[in-house]
Amino acid sequence: MVQIIHQFPTVFNALNVGFLQTLKLFLVTLAGAIPLGLIISFGSKSKFKPLSALVKTVVWIIRGSPLMIQLLIIYYMPGLVFDNNIWGGGEQGRFIASCVAFIINYACYFSEIFRGGIQSIPVGQYEAGQVLGMTKGQTFFRVVLLQVVKNIVPPMSNEIITLVKDTSLARIISMQEIIWAGQAFMKGSHGISGAIWPLFFTAVYYLAFSGILTVAFGKLEKKLSYFHE
Amino acid sequence: MAILEVRDLHKSFGKNHVLKGISFDLEKGQVMSVIGSSGSGKTTLLRCINFLETADSGKITVAGDVLFDSDSKTKISEKERRNKQLKIGLVFQQFNLFPQYNVLDNVTLVPRLRAKERDDYKTNRKAIVEQIESEAKALLEKLGLSEKLENYPCELSGGQKQRVSIARALALKPEVLFFDEPTSALDPELTGEVLKVIRDLAKEKMTMVIVTHEMSFARDVSDYVIFMNNGTVLEQGTPEDVINNPKNERTKAFLMKVNG
Repeated sequence: MVQIIHQFPTVFNALNVGFLQTLKLFLVTLAGAIPLGLIISFGSKSKFKPLSALVKTVVWIIRGSPLMIQLLIIYYMPGLVFDNNIWGGGEQGRFIASCVAFIINYACYFSEIFRGGIQSIPVGQYEAGQVLGMTKGQTFFRVVLLQVVKNIVPPMSNEIITLVKDTSLARIISMQEIIWAGQAFMKGSHGISGAIWPLFFTAVYYLAFSGILTVAFGKLEKKLSYFHE
Repeated sequence: MAILEVRDLHKSFGKNHVLKGISFDLEKGQVMSVIGSSGSGKTTLLRCINFLETADSGKITVAGDVLFDSDSKTKISEKERRNKQLKIGLVFQQFNLFPQYNVLDNVTLVPRLRAKERDDYKTNRKAIVEQIESEAKALLEKLGLSEKLENYPCELSGGQKQRVSIARALALKPEVLFFDEPTSALDPELTGEVLKVIRDLAKEKMTMVIVTHEMSFARDVSDYVIFMNNGTVLEQGTPEDVINNPKNERTKAFLMKVNG
């Protein structure tokens, strides 16, 4: 115990550095996967059959296989199969490869949530917009969108909290996120070795972060509760 | 000249021929009721005139302006269609209010969006918005909703919702206002307040087309009644002719049924 107190400041600093990388991956994934997910959801609803079939196949592959495998394929395949390691060897390359894998993976999940949210809007809302002479864009942005947002807050909060913990999968390609930082103290890092408690301690970060998100989504849900159909 | 002219309107859904050549004229300031059993094509007729469906053939003219003509080769642009659409308004059976906007905003949303297209919007913005709001408030007051301006649709009764949706349609100053069974989604004790609003509009000489199952209301309020059966107009004329003294056997049978 005394030893832990002694080690704590060093571990805390190292874990913070790792968590910053986790946070960056989380934010970049959201920023990329939400718009891409919206595009995919429109693609899967497309009346042009080859496009919707292609999109549905991609969504099936991405949702049907482990994100860990997708990370490995995206990171190693260019170098091993095509002899062209586009990511380079450094942390920067591992981070970008992780972002790519996470964005594609989460966009597919989000697209299904968006599709369900958009489909849940009664056709009467679109018809009202039309007979009132609104454009399709006005009807979507002024009438439909907020109702979709309200409908998808619960499933999105679920998915986003899962993303917090899924970022740890980037460890598999040695991206230096918080699990990597915690694990380093087992082999030896910053003059500490053979310590497993820093790895366990990383869970506190995940708990705190998902706790904050849970409260924030609860607030958003409450804020949108002033109306219902 | 009639304000609304419908000529030989046809519409099929697959093999189902729903409208088999509907024609009628409506004079300005008149009220026309469309009666008939469900499946007779009343709602499809309304939806075709309001562009929610595209008729297969026929011609629709409002105030001398051709809204739809299957013989015309010139295709009207989306923007043109939207502008023409505003000559007619539609009140839905299910209200279709926008749930995230309060009563006043439901009524002012589209007028405000349209005002943005005006050339003087940037310079005159405040005055224009105030004008729109005061007109909407006056309209809502007339319909007995001045206490509800800040309420959201989910806080209103069915009758209040339908009155808001009438106000929303009237705010765009249509030449002809259509009602698709405006009281069918309401509890019986709430139909009266909506029918009173429509009666008051009739007194003000608002041109209206009402699809309804309320026979006594149709008799009181209409200048003209058409009875639809199986996609055709089987009988038309004054309420006195069609509802009180129907000549066609099917009209008689229908009226017997609805009057119990």
